[in-house]
Amino acid sequence: MNRFLRLIPILGIALSAGCAHLPAGHVPDERDPWERYNRAMFEFNDSVDRAVVKPLAEVYRDYVPPLAQQSLRNFFGNLRDVIITAHQLFQGKLEAAGTAGGRVLVNTTLGFLGVADPASEMGLVKTNEDFGQTFGRWGAESGPYFMLPLLGPSTVRDAIGTVADFSFDPIGSVFNQSAARNVVYGLIAIDRRKDLLDAQGTIEALSFDRYTGVRDAWLARRRSLIYDGDPPPSPMKEE
Amino acid sequence: MNMLFRNIIAALSLGLLTIGVQAQTAPDEFVRTISQSVLEEIRSDRSLQSGDIERLNGLVDRKVMPYVDFQRMTALAVGRNWRGANPEQQKTLMQEFRRLLLLTYSGAVRQVNELTLQVRPVRAKPDDDEVIVRTQVLRPGREPIQIDYRLQRSAGGWKIFDMNIMGLWLVEHYRNQFAQVVGASGIDGLIQSLKEKNQSLVMGGGGAKQSAK
Repeated sequence: MNRFLRLIPILGIALSAGCAHLPAGHVPDERDPWERYNRAMFEFNDSVDRAVVKPLAEVYRDYVPPLAQQSLRNFFGNLRDVIITAHQLFQGKLEAAGTAGGRVLVNTTLGFLGVADPASEMGLVKTNEDFGQTFGRWGAESGPYFMLPLLGPSTVRDAIGTVADFSFDPIGSVFNQSAARNVVYGLIAIDRRKDLLDAQGTIEALSFDRYTGVRDAWLARRRSLIYDGDPPPSPMKEE
Repeated sequence: MNMLFRNIIAALSLGLLTIGVQAQTAPDEFVRTISQSVLEEIRSDRSLQSGDIERLNGLVDRKVMPYVDFQRMTALAVGRNWRGANPEQQKTLMQEFRRLLLLTYSGAVRQVNELTLQVRPVRAKPDDDEVIVRTQVLRPGREPIQIDYRLQRSAGGWKIFDMNIMGLWLVEHYRNQFAQVVGASGIDGLIQSLKEKNQSLVMGGGGAKQSAK
């Protein structure tokens, strides 16, 4: 926690220096009424990323053996599948709950406590769920786009969801000493960042303005996730 | 996520090409045929997997472009400024936009061996003129990558005019990105930005190792 407290003054400087200027030709977006704050926080997150997170992710990618990376990912993924099973039930998707629960059973036993992932080979496909998506499924609007410190893009609904995610996270109960838990969360964050290293080119190709490029891609992704990849069509305007 | 994007790209480029798809094929069959044929070609061609941009370019020309209404795609992406552009500008916009999409996807091509493509059942009436075909690319141990296509019925069969990666419709996305550039510096500014973006993607890797020329 101490480390986070020390970040606060930096954050303050970043935000007061920021309250960012909007780029030329800027088009306001109704989903993003807090854009000036969000842009400043985006810049701040970006500088932390360049200074700390990205270099760590590169080291992790280049020096940790691939098998170890894969095993760690599977192990934490299996713990996540426990809560994903619960989310599928919360959302009334019994079949999907069966698949997610089946993944946990198979991977915890045949997969050596989740280190391996034989469930995927059996056709039990991994899914993506969290509290933000469950709230959305229950009908909660996303609210404004909201850039979280360090954690990155979110919305008001998904930020509340993230708090709930942490409170009910099975990883938190398995690693119940705060030092161990922080190490684990750090590892997970670095693993996720590592995935993004190779997507860098694609992200750049999508973004003529980096802030709006990331925002629009992220919001579209969330909407799609809430509907499990099958959102109601938004009619396309021919202009 | 990296594999995800790569797979996407692979699946996309794969998905787009095909040999002789019949005019009135069912839309899901149309997408499946194109995808399979592109996948097969990439799997059997090492230089494609290593990210040879010129080779990928040729593959897309032969196998994908006949099934894409690319003029419509570009017009939709440029938005209401398209009609204000002269024919020369329109031609350049199409060239550069095509290159941008190619560079967006080239990185995915490398991972293609581990992928399986699934076409989801299409919810459409037989006489619908516009149809969305949803596919997912399965990867061991990870969430599938979602790739969807928007098709338009035409005299010559189905034409693709938009695609969606992980929830993001590309034409709509680029329309918003381009609107900002055009607002700041006009159509010529957009052409300039596209050229610079393509240049920097080639230099920075962007999945492509070979020169862009």
